[in-house]
Amino acid sequence: MYSIPVNPQYVVSIIESERPDGLMLGFGGQTALNCGVKLEEMEVLEKYGVQVLGTQVAGIRATEDRQLFKDSMVECGIPVLKSKTVYNFEQAKEVANDLGYPVIIRVAYTLGGKGGGVAHNEIELHEIVTRGLNASLVGQVLIEEYVGHWKQIEYEVMADYHGNNVIICNMENVLSMRVHTGDNIVVAPSQTLDNYEYQMLRSAALRAAKHVGIVGECNIQFALDIDSDKYVAIEMNPRLSRSSALASKATGYPIAYMAAKIGMGYTLPELVNRITKTTTACFEPSLDYIVCKHPRWDFSKFDLANRSLGPTMKSVGEVMAVGTCFEESFQKAIRMLDIGNDGLVANRTSDKIYDIEDLEDKLQKPDDRILYHVAAALRQGISVERIYKLSAIDPWFIGKIQNIVVAEKSLKESKLDSCVLSAAKKIGFSDKQIGRLTGKDDMEIRKMRKEYGIIPVVKQIDTLAAEWPAKTNYLYLTYGGKTSDFEVVSDNEKIVVLGAGPYRIGSSVEFDWGTVNMVWGLKENGVKEVSVINCNPETVSTDYDICDRLYFEELTLERVLDIAEFEKLTGIVTAVGGQTANNLTPNLAKNGIKIIGTSYEDIDRAENRSHFSKVLDDLHIRQPPWQAFSSLTDAKKFALKVGYPVLVRPSYVLSGAAMKVVWSEEQLKKYLEDAANVSPDYPVVITKFMLNSLEAEVDGVSDGKNVVIGAVMEHIEGAGVHSGDSMMCIPPWSLSNKIIETILDYTKKIASAFTIKGPFNLQFLINSDQVFVIELNIRASRSMPFVSKFVKMNLISLAAQAVLGKSLPVIPHDRWRKIHNYGIKVPQFSFMQLEGADVILGVEMQSTGEAACFGESFYDALAKGLISVGYSLPKEGSVLITAGGSENKEKLLQTALLLKSLGYKILATEHTAEFLSDKRIGDVQIVYKISEPERKPNIADMLYQHKIDFIINVPSTSTLEKYVGMLYDEYQIRRKAVELGIPVLITTELADSFAKTLEWLRHNETTKKPLESYETIQ
Amino acid sequence: MLRVSEIPTKKAKHVNKFGKLVLEDGTVFDGMGFGYSTTVSGEVVFNTGMSGYTEALTDPSYNGQILTLTYPLVGNYGIPNILEKDEDDIKKYLESDRIQVRALVVHELSLTASHWNLAMTLDEWLYNEKIPGITGIDTRALTTKLRTQGVMMGILAVSEKEIDEQALKAQLASAKKYNDEEFMAIVSTKEPKTYGTGQESIIVVDTGVKNAILRNVRKMGYKVICVPWNYSIEKILSYEPKGVVIASGPGDPIKCVETMSTAKSLIERNIPTLGICLGAQILGLAGGASTYKLKYGHRGQNKSCIDLDTEQVYVTSQNHGYCLDPDSIKNTDFRLWFTNTDDKTVEGIRHKEKKILAVQFHPEASPGPFDCMFIFEELKRLIGEDNAKN
Repeated sequence: MYSIPVNPQYVVSIIESERPDGLMLGFGGQTALNCGVKLEEMEVLEKYGVQVLGTQVAGIRATEDRQLFKDSMVECGIPVLKSKTVYNFEQAKEVANDLGYPVIIRVAYTLGGKGGGVAHNEIELHEIVTRGLNASLVGQVLIEEYVGHWKQIEYEVMADYHGNNVIICNMENVLSMRVHTGDNIVVAPSQTLDNYEYQMLRSAALRAAKHVGIVGECNIQFALDIDSDKYVAIEMNPRLSRSSALASKATGYPIAYMAAKIGMGYTLPELVNRITKTTTACFEPSLDYIVCKHPRWDFSKFDLANRSLGPTMKSVGEVMAVGTCFEESFQKAIRMLDIGNDGLVANRTSDKIYDIEDLEDKLQKPDDRILYHVAAALRQGISVERIYKLSAIDPWFIGKIQNIVVAEKSLKESKLDSCVLSAAKKIGFSDKQIGRLTGKDDMEIRKMRKEYGIIPVVKQIDTLAAEWPAKTNYLYLTYGGKTSDFEVVSDNEKIVVLGAGPYRIGSSVEFDWGTVNMVWGLKENGVKEVSVINCNPETVSTDYDICDRLYFEELTLERVLDIAEFEKLTGIVTAVGGQTANNLTPNLAKNGIKIIGTSYEDIDRAENRSHFSKVLDDLHIRQPPWQAFSSLTDAKKFALKVGYPVLVRPSYVLSGAAMKVVWSEEQLKKYLEDAANVSPDYPVVITKFMLNSLEAEVDGVSDGKNVVIGAVMEHIEGAGVHSGDSMMCIPPWSLSNKIIETILDYTKKIASAFTIKGPFNLQFLINSDQVFVIELNIRASRSMPFVSKFVKMNLISLAAQAVLGKSLPVIPHDRWRKIHNYGIKVPQFSFMQLEGADVILGVEMQSTGEAACFGESFYDALAKGLISVGYSLPKEGSVLITAGGSENKEKLLQTALLLKSLGYKILATEHTAEFLSDKRIGDVQIVYKISEPERKPNIADMLYQHKIDFIINVPSTSTLEKYVGMLYDEYQIRRKAVELGIPVLITTELADSFAKTLEWLRHNETTKKPLESYETIQ
Repeated sequence: MLRVSEIPTKKAKHVNKFGKLVLEDGTVFDGMGFGYSTTVSGEVVFNTGMSGYTEALTDPSYNGQILTLTYPLVGNYGIPNILEKDEDDIKKYLESDRIQVRALVVHELSLTASHWNLAMTLDEWLYNEKIPGITGIDTRALTTKLRTQGVMMGILAVSEKEIDEQALKAQLASAKKYNDEEFMAIVSTKEPKTYGTGQESIIVVDTGVKNAILRNVRKMGYKVICVPWNYSIEKILSYEPKGVVIASGPGDPIKCVETMSTAKSLIERNIPTLGICLGAQILGLAGGASTYKLKYGHRGQNKSCIDLDTEQVYVTSQNHGYCLDPDSIKNTDFRLWFTNTDDKTVEGIRHKEKKILAVQFHPEASPGPFDCMFIFEELKRLIGEDNAKN
């Protein structure tokens, strides 16, 4: 196992040292696939005699290159859209004129439809084609007819070397072809296709897979006319994809596992269905439920981001819901998103009345609220047919939404009896929704329906609709049934571990790692029955072979209580599922569920700002001055007293609710007015924001007395950048021993003070050699997998012992310092996908992923980390430096000097250039702002012409004043650069590290050592 | 706005009735009745296909049975124009002229149907053809019961009024058992029928043929002559057919004595013959093998069968309650051709010397996958061998 960048350069070196016989390309997404194609082109595979297992590179090419793909489809009798590949704008214009607008632009060799778009005219065409040509690894884009209103249908194919092939699953996109499947609401199996259409596309999928030589798994996407059985193949993915993960979870068929076996030469009939254990894997799963996948978007985290949905994927995660009717699955899915909505209707924010014209416009231009708009349209009397015509959503789905709207009305208007209640539960209404519509509390509704005997049943997902006996532990709950498939009868200790729900900004695979390791840890420590509740199809914790029983379910209080009652469980672990699981702790505890690990009272003491602060005061531990406010006047007074800037945040962090650094009274007033909920119930906490500070964190585990320190990490960016967006280094790269000792001392004191039993994360701020505590999270943190891998000690395994009340082994507090390596965690951003989003970082987290790399020195690790998340590290070329404010300019001086001495050509905007010249950095070329296009040389031109290799752009005043108009020009530079794939360094610390890394690379090569396994801790 | 054409959409009409299903073992399922108000009894079976209810309901093999669909959402795309025929005068969307099941059991009848070729809703069609249906049933619980206890008799009542459970139970006790029923007289054609034109013809022995079999034989380029199940060999030969297809159909193959004797003669005379489903069982019996009833049958579109000659596996459409006994085949001139990969039951046999093929699955699909169309090609190849000799 190597934690290194997945690119040809690194993979070649591994091939050289390991001399593998085989290489699998289909499991690492587009990154791995692209890398494999490159390796083959470089003739590396041939040179070292490495055999590609599964689909061969020729097959990959035949699906990835747009023209080759279309040719091969035509060869096997599958229609495709009329289109042409072009290499420049002139060609594009000609083709678009031939086909007629609108046309869609697709980019070859890229991720998630990155860089594509629909052009309705020549101006849009220019914009999208230029961007697409730059995003494509091969500099080509495809101009194609646009069939937005057709149905979008997908099939997942498994095929072996011997010509056996089957369809695992087909899926239908609710939002037609208009919206990228990654952003679409998807159901499995298809709902509006008749047998002939289903089989016609099925046969086409199998024929296509055979023709291009798929071995293993592939996904194929069709557009099907709504008005006939005309269809076209849109694209094929010759690899495991987001869709195949979904298909696996939707059916219970372990696609990746089977694909790996097939790659090794097994035939499909030789392999056994992992659920029944008796039937063959060479079959097609039959579902007796309907699955609904819903994407999660985090637009509200990005200023300026465009929320519209189209051919470019913008979602950051997804959930999958299982039910016995569409309405149930769909409303469950909305709750699973954890965006504060309890279903399609009857949400906290009362449903808005729209202007009809406005609503019709919204139906035509889908955004993340499209189905809410459909519901509003139905409520306001727009006909199903009209809605269909505007939205291109099949009337069948609109009919289902109408059922929900009708039930909403009847709940509001009629007496709540067992009939109405049961009907509402069957179509997926939560107790909260029902309560809100009937003026009752959700717990009252719960009590009432239990009295009526309206409780959900537990059904198994068994791949074949109960036709064969299957000992499956893969479960969901539904109101669409009379009896559960089984009952939990054992008297064993039974623990449920809550997973983390959908991936989102701030919560990704780290928490899934935590969930899985907690399950294993509990099992190792003798817990007989461990179940998991989670709803994210992209995770390992939702593999049914991880735990004893898997509930693919909502992480809501109502559903967790349902499961707790069905399981008759001992307790619940909420410490590893991130914020979603953590937020459930108080209400679960209040409903008599035992929290396994740190007690609810102690967690509450830590979460409550005043209690927490009091404990710190008692321990004589410093914290930045803060206060909670329920009125603007008091807030203003406090801010004036401690001095701006201040950090403002709501006391209970709701999803999407923002934290902001505020620089002036004016801003404070505006922000508090926007965050409407400032009241005694919802006070706002204001903390002094300490400029020029360093940030550090500790991950640890405690058993209540003994504390195990994972490691102390230091952020590379200064305080103010959210810890999830910051680069982190173990060991701390600039902190003194004295400070580290203080941090360790504080950690021990705080862990004991809160009798923590389990994992925790503590965050510090260091200002003028003084250590301040800024946050305590009594749960697994985002950085725990990184720390565990670095120290070769699985923190969650230890946490499993701690939550069960066992004593932890005594481990030296400087264990992590004895590892003479550097580990650096680098965030991965997806600004490109978010049209318009600014790349500037702030106190709210924005990254969507991360890479962790290890090395023998700081720069060794950093170089690999930067490459992993997509920075190119140019050996030569030009750098554009623009810095706002003299302080930033001063800070960048050393960096500029270093870059100059390394031979990089320096470009700068007027003021920065003047400053650099004053400081005797000669030969700085002046370039002009994007907003002054008549002045040449202009930054925009130079970016498009690739005359700039990387950019150092540190905005003025602070990195945080995103909305100040004068910064729009800088925003333009960053945005264009992101769209063109040019690295942008936005903090002085990052710029400095980047430059030093370039220098280090002049004389050194990065190391390529395998990751070492965890050590056994006694 | 893009040009978006209208999609026909219809709402269910014949719904909100009382409905009750009672099984032989006394289990009662309450639901909402739809379609036609009446009481019927029959063998309760389940099918695991996820689409294709139009085709399934008109498959004569379901005659005498109450069909449960395990896929919970049914009726989504309604029913196309049931009168429409292709150029050979074969019904375009149906597998026979009418609904063949005695009753339909589903989890959720879609109250909205929409599809470009929709002509009516499912409940409307059932109503027109006097067939009762029940929705709101825990079909997974019902399926699990049938799987563990085996298929059994049941009675379904749909009514405008409350239904008397005891009366239903009494009625079920005296109802004729599936195994005792005679189906051929009901499902088979009374007179020979010709479809299409052509120099060469193929005889299809109608033991409850599906239209898809006729369509596929036509697609091979032959004129189709569909004859009654008990047509004598002499009458068949009088058409000078190039080959014969013994079709699928309902019930115990043992009851098709006349067809069996025809099959014997076909084997003796080495006339290229394909047996499908019931037809396969009849050919097997004619060759000296025996059959037995499966506990809960094979009904679905996801059944994998392995071709023992090539080791290729095909996903097939199936609908049968009886099958050939593999041990009994050892003493005949037939050899195993296909077996079910899951329970190893016989899915196809072929004669060791003669041009006789038989498959237990449905190569004509409809509903189900098209993967085994090559079976018809195989028959055509055998006919070609004959032609070459002459």
